[in-house]
Amino acid sequence: MSLRNRELVSLVVVGVVVGFGFASVYIARQEVVNSASLSYGLFFLGLYLVAHLIARMTVPNADPYLLPMAGLLTGIGLTEIYRLDENDAFKQGLWIVIGLGAFAATLFLLREDFRKLESYKYLFGLGAIALLLLPSVPGLGDTVNGARLWVDVGPLHFQPGELAKILLIVFLAGYLREKREVLAQFRLKDLGPLFLIWGAAMLVLVVTNDLGGGLLYFGIFLAMLYVATAQVWFVVAGSFLFVGGAAAVYSAIPRVQERVQIWLDPWKDAYGDGYQTVQSQYSIANGGFGGTGFGQGTFTDSAGHQLIPYVNTDFIYSALAQELGLIGICAFLLVYMLFAARGFRIALLAQDGFSKLLAVGLTFAFTLQAFIIIGGILRIIPLTGITLPFVSYGGSSIVANFVLLAGLLLVSDRANEGARA
Amino acid sequence: MNNQISRLAVASLVLVISLIVGTTYWQAWAAPSLANRRDNSIKVVAQFSIKRGNIYAADGSLVARNVRRRVGGQTLYFRRYPKGPLFAHPVGYSTQARSRSGLEQARNDYLTGSNTNLATLLDTTLDKLRGSTIEGNDLILTLRPRPQKVALDALAGQCGAAVVLEPKTGKVLVMASSPSYDPNLVERNFRRVQRGTGPCPVAPLLNRASSGLFTPGSIFKVVTAAAALDTGKFTPESTFYDPGYCIEYGQRVNNYDTSTPFGTVNFTQALVNSINSSFCEMGKRLGPQTILDYARRFGFYQDPPIDLPSGERAPSGLYQGGKLLPRSKERDADPGRLAFGQERMQVTPLQMAMVAGAIANKGVVMEPYLTDRVRKPDGSLLVKMKPHELRRAVKPEIADEIASMMEGVVTGGTGTAAQIPGVRVAGKTGTAETGHSGRNTTWFISFAPVDNPRFAVAVVLQNQSGTGGSTAAPIAKEILQALLRSPSKGSG
Repeated sequence: MSLRNRELVSLVVVGVVVGFGFASVYIARQEVVNSASLSYGLFFLGLYLVAHLIARMTVPNADPYLLPMAGLLTGIGLTEIYRLDENDAFKQGLWIVIGLGAFAATLFLLREDFRKLESYKYLFGLGAIALLLLPSVPGLGDTVNGARLWVDVGPLHFQPGELAKILLIVFLAGYLREKREVLAQFRLKDLGPLFLIWGAAMLVLVVTNDLGGGLLYFGIFLAMLYVATAQVWFVVAGSFLFVGGAAAVYSAIPRVQERVQIWLDPWKDAYGDGYQTVQSQYSIANGGFGGTGFGQGTFTDSAGHQLIPYVNTDFIYSALAQELGLIGICAFLLVYMLFAARGFRIALLAQDGFSKLLAVGLTFAFTLQAFIIIGGILRIIPLTGITLPFVSYGGSSIVANFVLLAGLLLVSDRANEGARA
Repeated sequence: MNNQISRLAVASLVLVISLIVGTTYWQAWAAPSLANRRDNSIKVVAQFSIKRGNIYAADGSLVARNVRRRVGGQTLYFRRYPKGPLFAHPVGYSTQARSRSGLEQARNDYLTGSNTNLATLLDTTLDKLRGSTIEGNDLILTLRPRPQKVALDALAGQCGAAVVLEPKTGKVLVMASSPSYDPNLVERNFRRVQRGTGPCPVAPLLNRASSGLFTPGSIFKVVTAAAALDTGKFTPESTFYDPGYCIEYGQRVNNYDTSTPFGTVNFTQALVNSINSSFCEMGKRLGPQTILDYARRFGFYQDPPIDLPSGERAPSGLYQGGKLLPRSKERDADPGRLAFGQERMQVTPLQMAMVAGAIANKGVVMEPYLTDRVRKPDGSLLVKMKPHELRRAVKPEIADEIASMMEGVVTGGTGTAAQIPGVRVAGKTGTAETGHSGRNTTWFISFAPVDNPRFAVAVVLQNQSGTGGSTAAPIAKEILQALLRSPSKGSG
């Protein structure tokens, strides 16, 4: 079977799975089966079939499993968001349409040769920094839940950091491809830009109060640096620098101290600072092995008040864990693992340094972001608010991740084409 | 670069595996302990997703039912109490904000279908698998609405309580505590409930019948008489000389009315006329430990074994500083005052109804109970509660002797206000003085009919200026009349 036909078959399977998921929410809600559940599944499938056709036209040789996996993740996310709040689900549906638009645009624009991006690497670097600092511009920025991550332009409310992540990866891929040999020699003068990036990450962390973002950007940077130079010392030194910086930030910013306190013992202030974490843990524990089933979890108290604040964005994992149970949520995590595996496979197959670094950066960014938020929820690391790729409610995140997906498909298409030629 | 990419891929794999391990920890390993935490709001809500069983009075009328409401995509069931304050204390409430009380708490397992009877276990497991609502079992109580209403109405405006037991079985037919409250208001308007209403708005949530502690006064003489006769140290013909007082520790202990001493009286006359000096002499001869041993036989010094939450039952006995006096200090108790129900003796109306019931039931104390039957959601019988003997308090012939003395109290003693034409009524009055006028605690314990006792009553009133005979006895009479009128349906 050709690559694209495999993609098509996988997408149909995903469509059926998502249709079933939505139907179960619908049954739990209305206590009757309704044709609406079917039409929802069909609409969703139709949307991804369009994406599939675009992939067929632009990247015929790309990996056939990434798009279906992204479809599965957005489908599960949308189902859970629908279950939590129908209005949010409608908006999320629109964002998925816009995201697929961005996906199509990226593929069409770069279908000839995405490597031309390398020539504009510094532009991407500056763009990333500009986007990151955008929320701090007076009059534009908006503070949500203590972090300055949002930009309000007219009716639009978005998180530029999500897009900045991709620009940063493109910049790093280009920059590291060029400098990898000199960097590997450990000369101080070549290390300058690295300290600059470390400084920028710290600055972003302090200015925007975005701990998760800081960790994500710096993690991506270290990973790509390691792949480019093969020097573990960079990773070790970088980690120390980050931990040192974080420790300095810890003593300076009360919000960070609070987060660490919650991480260590959320029950110390179960109705105050620790409330969200405590409620989230009850939610996860309530899932048990089999879960409550889609649409049958408990997310409000008997008066109808929401138990977990931000349950459909940062804490969507807690909701999914309750309704899917250990069995379902492990399958869900395995989708992330498979997505990462396919991404790293693309990086391995790619023939040039820029493509390899780009694929590694995009894949690792995806994986690390999932780890930061889920690990935070599970108290493996302190909690930092960040979206779960493809699943959380939120426009910027959805759009950015579809661009990331398009990037991986472009690299994959070229690699497979080269292998065939 | 491929080596580094492979290593990074392995690192990413480890990250995702750590997430799987973390999730497994919380969902499998830590889940039970999290589920048991009191502040687990999901478990609180889960209680409301169960369709609790209905509660019915003995005549089949509805006491507690559910209203369905959809909240956050879930169907939740909230309690309604159609009879309002009538059964507030024994039945209690089931709310989110205030948890549960009364039978709603004590019988929560049956009402939520989480009891471990095989039939229920099978039903709820099937419900869970089908994903359908779990239905709890229905309760049918021993309480009778009409006498209950008569009791609550008679107590209205006062602080007090009334309990009626069926002597042969221990079934609680009436359990009224005044002031009462509307359990429908507990969830949303708890402050108003706590404030109370009427001339005596003190502690409306307290079930005075089972956990209110009061000084018994002369009704305790029934226990003393049981000890005196059952030990064989006295007979109904034993005589006493009453000068109007008794000397204890070199001090005079006065009768209720010292102006008209009775002179030489026998045991029966002493009880019928409630002569303190005679019981004081009796107490001095018996000693405090013998009296308290007999009190224990009637059920004192333990939580009454009734189906109410432990927090809503109080043991009767000698109290000091809010706690039961330790056994080692009992022999220092003042025997004379103890004999006529003073000292530091504190009793619940439920306990005194058990005493009256034991005398009526040939000396055997029955365990009181409020739940008569448990019915499955489909209407079939799940459990029929059986009467349990608590223990024998006195020999049958001693019980008969005391019963005829108590009948004398009503026919020609302090309790004539409880006479019912055509029915032989036995009783004992009590007036516990607090030293402040208008602050007496007045009592009447009674059973009827004497030849075939069907009802044992205890009535207590707080803050009275009259005597037990003039205040509590008429209420007991009213309740008994209501019971004698109402058909004894469901008392088989």
